[in-house]
Amino acid sequence: MLAFTVVGSFWLEIALKVRVLRRIRRALTAIAPVAMCFLLWDAYAIANKHWFFDKKQIIGVFGPLNIPLEEYLFFIVIPLAAIMTIEAVRAVKKHWIIGDEK
Amino acid sequence: MSYSQISILAVIIAVILDLFIIKTALLKRAAFWSSYAIILPFQFLTNWWLTSRNIVMYDPDVITGIRFFSAPAEDVLFGFALILSVLSLWINLGKRTSANRS
Repeated sequence: MLAFTVVGSFWLEIALKVRVLRRIRRALTAIAPVAMCFLLWDAYAIANKHWFFDKKQIIGVFGPLNIPLEEYLFFIVIPLAAIMTIEAVRAVKKHWIIGDEK
Repeated sequence: MSYSQISILAVIIAVILDLFIIKTALLKRAAFWSSYAIILPFQFLTNWWLTSRNIVMYDPDVITGIRFFSAPAEDVLFGFALILSVLSLWINLGKRTSANRS
């Protein structure tokens, strides 16, 4: 699923020259605080068994707070894909104002 | 708090962040909604994969039971909050760098 998202969105980096990976520091600065909040929610949900994972279908590596490795990757890959998407929209619709134009 | 309650809260927080705290007002931008329209079908696809194969399972007591393409409706709220808050921070960081340069 994660690989699918990477394949599905990261081609935008090359095809539409969205240059998100080249601005990885800005991307990570935007993602880190949000990912932190969502990971705390994830930890709470896992601890209270709101959701649970099939042990046979995950790698089985757990990070801090008993969160599977896939979840950590999820909160990096999905936001990156979202940023690439909005930058791709910007690249196609150059006259649309988003708010950070130079 | 249940998954339903937290996901609604997350959307409210993301909306307040975008409109009143960070003030990127992405909710008023065509570029944001176009990006979201691109992201949402992919979210349905990946969520469908994760839930229909029982990779992720949910406690029926903490969700409403409404499902879209096998995934709980709450996932849509969760995804919206994640995407809106990350993009709001991303655009805000872009604003700052363009302000520094001018």
